[in-house]
Amino acid sequence: MSGLLIDNISMRFDLPNGGSVQALKNVTLDIKSGELLSVLGPSGCGKTTLLNIVAGFLAPTEGQVVVNAHAVKGPGPERGMVFQQGALFEWMTVRENVSFGPDMKKMPRNKSVKIVDRLLEVVGLQDFKDKAVYELSGGMQQRVALARCLANEPDVILMDEPLGALDALTREKMQSLVLDLWKETGKTIILITHSVEEALLLGERLLVMAPRPGRIHKEYRLPFAEMGVGADLRAVKKHPDYAKTREEILAMIWEMEEEIMGRTEESA
Amino acid sequence: MTGLILLAVYIAIFAVSMVIVAWATKQFFTRADFTSLKTVTFGDESAVNANRVASVISVLAIFALWVAFTNSSLPLFKAKGPFEGMVEFTYTATLPDGRSDDASVSILVYPEDIQLTVDANGVAGKIPEKLKVDLGDGFAKNDTLVIPRYGSKLISVFQNDEFKKSDGAIVTHLNGQALEPGEQILLSEGRLALTEKGTPFFEPSTGFRMARLYLPAPEVTTNRFLQLNREGYRNFTLLEHTWASLQRVLLGFIFGALVGIPLGYAMGLTNWARGWFDPIVEFMRPVPPLALIPLMIIWFGIGETSKVILLFLAALWIMAIAARSGVSGVAIAKVHAAYSLGAKKSQILRKVIIPNSLPEIFTGARVAMGVCWGTVVAAELVAAEKGLGMMIMVAAKFQLTDIVIVGIILIGVIGFAIDIGIRKLEGWLVPWKGKV
Ligand SMILES: Nc1ncnc2c1ncn2[C@@H]1O[C@H](COP(=O)(O)OP(=O)(O)OP(=O)(O)O)[C@@H](O)[C@H]1O
Ligand SMILES: [Mg+2]
Repeated sequence: MSGLLIDNISMRFDLPNGGSVQALKNVTLDIKSGELLSVLGPSGCGKTTLLNIVAGFLAPTEGQVVVNAHAVKGPGPERGMVFQQGALFEWMTVRENVSFGPDMKKMPRNKSVKIVDRLLEVVGLQDFKDKAVYELSGGMQQRVALARCLANEPDVILMDEPLGALDALTREKMQSLVLDLWKETGKTIILITHSVEEALLLGERLLVMAPRPGRIHKEYRLPFAEMGVGADLRAVKKHPDYAKTREEILAMIWEMEEEIMGRTEESA
Repeated sequence: MTGLILLAVYIAIFAVSMVIVAWATKQFFTRADFTSLKTVTFGDESAVNANRVASVISVLAIFALWVAFTNSSLPLFKAKGPFEGMVEFTYTATLPDGRSDDASVSILVYPEDIQLTVDANGVAGKIPEKLKVDLGDGFAKNDTLVIPRYGSKLISVFQNDEFKKSDGAIVTHLNGQALEPGEQILLSEGRLALTEKGTPFFEPSTGFRMARLYLPAPEVTTNRFLQLNREGYRNFTLLEHTWASLQRVLLGFIFGALVGIPLGYAMGLTNWARGWFDPIVEFMRPVPPLALIPLMIIWFGIGETSKVILLFLAALWIMAIAARSGVSGVAIAKVHAAYSLGAKKSQILRKVIIPNSLPEIFTGARVAMGVCWGTVVAAELVAAEKGLGMMIMVAAKFQLTDIVIVGIILIGVIGFAIDIGIRKLEGWLVPWKGKV
């Protein structure tokens, strides 16, 4: 069983000036194996902090994260990470980037080559194996990042705005790719995004977070991810429930943003 | 004076060639690359490329000015040169009793570097003998003398006359023109004057060219270069001098990098090392290596050891700081990604931190090499048996300006070559630099 339990996590950053920021407060979340969870929320509500805690880069001030029945103590290969950008190794070719995980495990070359070749085919980069990563477009680079993450066969994939830096068209193609990979591999995926549309399309389960302190505000169970697998995402967007949910979430986030603005104006 | 003319000519060449080349480029080439289609170029640094035509003209202009303002024999444009050859004038000696007599003075102005110039047979020139002249009649006798170019001389006209200064004889006219002490006549050949004490004085005109002592002509420098190559200087050939300097730099730099880079990594990776070395590095960084030369000599003597250690120290801090900032320049996402992919600390170091810091290390290496190259010359100026700095220093003591200039040009060319070499190596090892 490769579930993920976020158990009553709180995170407080102590600032150098003596103050502190409550980035997360009592966040509890039980994620089933193979679940596709998207997280949405206004800027500064603690999404990245939450993901960093799950990845093991940060230790929470309270609570714990349990993966495969083990408490998270630090980063580990069972939790893969896909960053927004700039996390590929420029000094390596596409192939070397993708086989980084297997190489770290000292996997025999003939075995890792097979894995890399297959994954590059999956993400459609079989013709770019020996290119340098800085020669690829932003969308291609993110596909390399996805392939690199998958090559390490993690149980959970954590993505922090993985498509945030891409143009609309590339982004849509990448969304399909993420859905297909999810279905094909059955991995648990946590995806952070700023785009409500993306959160709707790429979330079986959608979490809206609220800021100050960061906490879970509302949770949805959505059918769109399932519908979008192997299908045209634009058709999914025409679904009547899609527009309705989108407007509802947008209104919710707007309200939170207004509240933040109001509060900062008061304190100013 | 000459300096100001030189500057004015130089600025004029700069401006005029710019206008001409701009006009010609527009006339004969229409480039349609990306940059030429940019309408905003002033302020857009990426649109500024070195104009190679300008570079070529710049080098040629310096060479042309060098020829023009030295006593070069190359058939190019020349500034007005110093007077050379025969000049003759008369003086009138007057006695207290009113009697007066005229006599002539013949002056031969010879090249001041005549002893340094060899003819086709390799025989050096000699200072010419005084011309034989007829003494003439009357109590004032004709005089003759030789003066080097750029020189000047008080002319004791009375030494062969029948009446001396002690007899009350004085010079009242030069070239038939009445002159009080302190007054002068300007001839095209030079300046003729009576000193305050009434002695005639001649200074041949210097023109606008520089004497060999100040700036030897290009062909003189080239010949000296060839001669140094053949015969060497102070027991060592030019190549040996150059290699001596280069070897010190390479040794010092390599040791500096071997110690400095790990030191920088340690400072970038652990609190303890950062805290431990921070005061040392920050203290040593502003101390110019030149200031350490005396201490190095006291500690290690004037031999190779003290020089290599000096260069080691010069490179050490630069390389340590470069490596440290290379580590801090690693995007945290890369480190996180590597950990998430199962990398251990040693693998993070080898696969992420070291490659990621290479651009910084290369920048540091270029700076360190530049500093080391400058420091080695300075260290050799102080004390050395061989090396380009030593060659320059000793040559300067003997006023052999051409050797000094050969040395300076060599130092510049080699420094430039080293920098290009490192840049090439960088382009090969760090192809991603500036592309991410
Ligand atoms: N290292 C830190 N030190 C101090 N405060 C921090 C630190 N990291 C995050 N914070 C604070 O914690 C809060 C949550 O930050 P976080 O980066 O998790 O937000 P986010 O939801 O990811 O925002 P965005 O959508 O803009 O990426 C913010 O108020 C931020 O200022
Ligand atoms: Mg964030």
